Amino acid sequence: MAAAAAGAGSGPWAAQEKQFPPALLSFFIYNPRFGPREGQEENKILFYHPNEVEKNEKIRNVGLCEAIVQFTRTFSPSKPAKSLHTQKNRQFFNEPEENFWMVMSKDGKPVIEYQEEELLDKVYSSVLRQCYSMYKLFNGTFLKAMEDGGVKLLKERLEKFFHRYLQTLHLQSCDLLDIFGGISFFPLDKMTYLKIQSFINRMEESLNIVKYTAFLYNDQLIWSGLEQDDMRILYKYLTTSLFPRHIEPELAGRDSPIRAEMPGNLQHYGRFLTGPLNLNDPDAKCRFPKIFVNTDDTYEELHLIVYKAMSAAVCFMIDASVHPTLDFCRRLDSIVGPQLTVLASDICEQFNINKRMSGSEKEPQFKFIYFNHMNLAEKSTVHMRKTPSVSLTSVHPDLMKILGDINSDFTRVDEDEEIIVKAMSDYWVVGKKSDRRELYVILNQKNANLIEVNEEVKKLCATQFNNIFFLD
Amino acid sequence: MGEEDYYLELCERPVQFEKANPVNCVFFDEANKQVFAVRSGGATGVVVKGPDDRNPISFRMDDKGEVKCIKFSLENKILAVQRTSKTVDFCNFIPDNSQLEYTQECKTKNANILGFCWTSSTEIVFITDQGIEFYQVLPEKRSLKLLKSHNLNVNWYMYCPESAVILLSTTVLENVLQPFHFRAGTMSKLPKFEIELPAAPKSTKPSLSERDIAMATIYGQLYVLFLRHHSRTSNSTGAEVVLYHLPREGACKKMHILKLNRTGKFALNVVDNLVVVHHQDTETSVIFDIKLRGEFDGSVTFHHPVLPARSIQPYQIPITGPAAVTSQSPVPCKLYSSSWIVFQPDIIISASQGYLWNLQVKLEPIVNLLPDKGRLMDFLLQRKECKMVILSVCSQMLSESDRASLPVIATVFDKLNHEYKKYLDAEQSYAMAVEAGQSRSSPLLKRPVRTQAVLDQSDVYTHVLSAFVEKKEMPHKFVIAVLMEYIRSLNQFQIAVQHYLHELVIKTLVQHNLFYMLHQFLQYHVLSDSKPLACLLLSLESFYPPAHQLSLDMLKRNQRLRGSPNFTPGEHCEEHVAFFKQIFGDQALMRPTTF
Repeated sequence: MAAAAAGAGSGPWAAQEKQFPPALLSFFIYNPRFGPREGQEENKILFYHPNEVEKNEKIRNVGLCEAIVQFTRTFSPSKPAKSLHTQKNRQFFNEPEENFWMVMSKDGKPVIEYQEEELLDKVYSSVLRQCYSMYKLFNGTFLKAMEDGGVKLLKERLEKFFHRYLQTLHLQSCDLLDIFGGISFFPLDKMTYLKIQSFINRMEESLNIVKYTAFLYNDQLIWSGLEQDDMRILYKYLTTSLFPRHIEPELAGRDSPIRAEMPGNLQHYGRFLTGPLNLNDPDAKCRFPKIFVNTDDTYEELHLIVYKAMSAAVCFMIDASVHPTLDFCRRLDSIVGPQLTVLASDICEQFNINKRMSGSEKEPQFKFIYFNHMNLAEKSTVHMRKTPSVSLTSVHPDLMKILGDINSDFTRVDEDEEIIVKAMSDYWVVGKKSDRRELYVILNQKNANLIEVNEEVKKLCATQFNNIFFLD
Repeated sequence: MGEEDYYLELCERPVQFEKANPVNCVFFDEANKQVFAVRSGGATGVVVKGPDDRNPISFRMDDKGEVKCIKFSLENKILAVQRTSKTVDFCNFIPDNSQLEYTQECKTKNANILGFCWTSSTEIVFITDQGIEFYQVLPEKRSLKLLKSHNLNVNWYMYCPESAVILLSTTVLENVLQPFHFRAGTMSKLPKFEIELPAAPKSTKPSLSERDIAMATIYGQLYVLFLRHHSRTSNSTGAEVVLYHLPREGACKKMHILKLNRTGKFALNVVDNLVVVHHQDTETSVIFDIKLRGEFDGSVTFHHPVLPARSIQPYQIPITGPAAVTSQSPVPCKLYSSSWIVFQPDIIISASQGYLWNLQVKLEPIVNLLPDKGRLMDFLLQRKECKMVILSVCSQMLSESDRASLPVIATVFDKLNHEYKKYLDAEQSYAMAVEAGQSRSSPLLKRPVRTQAVLDQSDVYTHVLSAFVEKKEMPHKFVIAVLMEYIRSLNQFQIAVQHYLHELVIKTLVQHNLFYMLHQFLQYHVLSDSKPLACLLLSLESFYPPAHQLSLDMLKRNQRLRGSPNFTPGEHCEEHVAFFKQIFGDQALMRPTTF
C-alpha cells in the first residue's frame, strides 16, 4: 500500500520508506527549553522522523510549530492550538509533559466536507496522545528518562521506541473507536466472574510477588487490578499488538501446548506469551517487557508476564526489582496452567449457555457503537474485526463520517442530547448521549419515518441496554 | 503434653454414691441412668441417684435375700427387684397406690431369669435363658399381664434403652444375635444376624463375649459395636471395632471397621456421635467419626482414629464434707482403673470410688490437633456444641499469625455454607408444605431443627468478618480476597447475599481508594443492587465521579428514581450517608448537579 508513494526504490531509504504509510509525513518530539539561544536550535529536537530530513529543515519545522503554539497561546492561554491545516498538510500538536511537544503531520488531501475534517482532527489528535501513552507504558515519562540519564538517554529511548512504533501506525484505518480508546468487556454471569476473582486472588497469593493482575478472555477484559488509564493503554497493546502476533501459531496449531513429555506435569494448555518460549530449555531467557504504571504518583516499574491458556489470558505484573527466574516461570506454569485451562473451558461453556439463552442469532436490523466514558466500556457491531493494520467495518465509510460528525456535536455540548440523521439510501443514523454514555445506531429501514426510527431505538435500548440508565 | 491437649474429659459434677463394699451393693440402670446403692439387701436403706436428680431417692425394703438386679420403671413409677432366678418383685412408687410388694414368676418352666428391662413406665421384659417374656404391669391391681413371649436359648442379653431394642445372644458360639424391638405394648422380632468371630487357636472354643458387644445410636442409627480382638493367626495389625448397622426394617449389615492398631484391653463409649475407644494398657483413648471420609472397599468403610491417642484429662476428686474444711489438696483420680465399668453411651462408673461420670469431648484442643482444616470442619460441623469453636477457627485462620491460604479458607467457607444451605432448603420445603396445607400432624412434616452447625451470614459477619476487616495490619488485598471468597461461596450455594456483606466490601475498597475495583465489581453485578447501595454510591460521587452513573443504573434497575414520591420515605440511606460524611467530611455529600 505504501509502494505507490515511495520512489522508484532507489537509494537506501526506499526500502524503509515503504514501511511507512504515505499519510504520515513527519513525527517529531522537541523541548524548546533545551535550545533557547540562537545556534542551539538543534538541541531542542529529541526525535525526528524521518531522520533523513536535512538538519536545517528539521530546525525550521520545529521552529514553526513552536511559533504557532506560542502565537495561538495569546488567544487561548490554557488551550493552545491542537492542529493546523494547510494546503499541503495537517499538523497535530500535543504537550504530554511540560515543555515536551509531540508533533505529527500527515499529508493533506483536499477535503471537501467540513464534517470529515472535524472527525479526522479528533481521530488523529487521539492517535497522537496514544503514541505518548504507549511510549510511557514501556519507557516511563520523558522526565524520568532525563533524571536517569539526561537528554542522551531520552533520545535513545525515543529512537528505540518510535522507530518501531511508527511503523505500526496505520492512520488510514483510524476511526471513531480511536477517539474512544475504549475497552471491550467480556459479558459474564456473576458466578463465573466470582470464580475468576477467586482464581486471581489465589494466584496472587501463591505467586506472592505478583503486584497486579489483569484477566482477559477472547481479547476482552474481565478484570483489571491496574487503574483505568493504565489498563486502557495496556489493553490497547495486548489486543492490537501482542495477541495478534500470537494468533497465527495458534491457528496453525504449531506449538501444541500439551507437554506430555514432562512427566508428572498436569496436562494443560497454558503458555507464556511474554518470557520463556520453552520451559524445558535450561538456557531459556526469562526476560519480560517492562511497563510503567501510576506515573502520576507512585511511579511503578513492573515486569509484564502474559500467560495464556486457550482463550483466557492473564497478565501478572511483578515489581521490576524482582527478577523472575526460570524456576519461577516453571512454578507459575505448573500452578497457573492447569487451573487456567479449567477456568477457560468453564468460561467458554458458560458463555455458550448464555448465548443460547439470549436466543435468536439472526442478524439484527441495526448496527451500533456504544461507549461509556466512565468505565471506558466499548461495544461495536459495526466493526467486524479491528486490527492495527485493517479496520474492517461493515458499513459504508460515509455513514462512519456521519457518526464522527455526531460525536463532534456531542463533544461541544455538556448536556445530554439525541441526534437523528437521515442518510442516503434508506439509512438512518441515531446518536444518543446520556450521562457520559454515547450510543450510535445505524438503521436500515425502507420508508421509515422519524417516529418509527425513534421507536426502534427505544426498543434497542430496552433489549441491549436494559440494565443501564438512559434518559429518554 | 499441655493441658490444652486433652480432648476427652470426665464431667465436672459426677454422681457420687456410696462405694461398693461387702455390705453395700451398687447397681446401675442404663435406662434411667440411675445408681442404686443397696445397703444390707435394702434393710438399712437404698439410695438412688441419677444424673439429673437433685434429690436422691432413698427408701428401705425388707432384706429378703441377695438383690441380683434392681431398677425403676420409667419416671420412677414402679420399682422392680430380682432376688431369685425365678421371680421378680415389684413395689409401686405411685402416690395413692399400695406399696405392698407383689411378685411375678417367669412363665417358662425351668427357666432362669437372666435379668429384666423396663421399656416404659409400666412395661417390662424378662429375659430368661429360654426366651423373653413381655409384661404389662398393672400397679393398682398389683399384678402383671403377659403381653407376649418368645422362646429361644439365650446366653446373654443386652438392652439399648434409647432405641428400645434388646439383643439376645444365641447358639453355642454365642455369636448369633437376635434383636427385639419394643414399642407401646408391642414386641417385634427383627432379623437375626451373625457376628463373624476371628479365627482362634484350635484348642480353645471361640465364642462371642458379652463384654465385646455394645449397642449405641450414632447419627440417629442404631449400631451394634463388636470389639474384635487381635488374632495372631490373621495378619491384622491390631484389634478393631466392627460396626453393624441395625435398621428399623431390614437386615443388619456390617458397615464400618474402626482400626485400633493396638492390642490389649479396650472399652467403648459413644459421645456426641463419636465412638471413643479406651485402651487400658496405654491409658489413652482414641475417637472415631464414621461420617468422616474413610477407605471404602466396596462393602465396608475403614476408619482410623481422628486424632492421636490421648489420655482423658487428669481429674481431681473433689473433696466434700469435713475434709474440705481442712484445706487438703484434692486427690488425683486414677484414670483407666481396672475397677472402672463403662456403660453406653457415655458413662464411666468407678464402683470402688463411688463415682459416675459422663464422658465429654472437648472441641477446643482438637482445633490444634487436626491440622487439615477441611477435615477439622467436617468433624466440628457434626458436633453438638460446635458453633463458637467453628467461629473461632474461622477467626484464627484469618489472623496474622495463623493465616490460612485462600484455598483452605475457601474450603472452610464452602463447608459452612453447604450446611447452611441444607438448612435453608429444609426450611423452605417445610414452609411450602405448610402453605400447601399439609397436615401439621403428618409425621413427614417436621419443622427442621436448626443445629449449631448452621452458621448463617449474620454469624460469620458478627463474629468473624467485621472484626477481621478492622484489623489495620491486614493487607487489604487479603481482606478483599477473603470477603470475595465468602461471597463466592454463598453464590455457589445459591444463597442470597445479605447487603451488609456487600457494604463491608465497599467500605474496604473505599478506604483504600480502590474505586476502579469497586466499579468493576458493580459492573458484573457481584454486589447486588439495593437502594441503600445506590445511595451509598451517590454519596461517593465527589471522590469517584463514575459512582454517579453506577448509582443511577442501580436505581433504574430498582425501577425508581430519587425524587419520585415512592423513593423518599423509609429508604434508610441515612446511615450510609452518615458513614461517608464521617470519613470524608461534608463536601462528600454534594448533591449531583444533573439528574
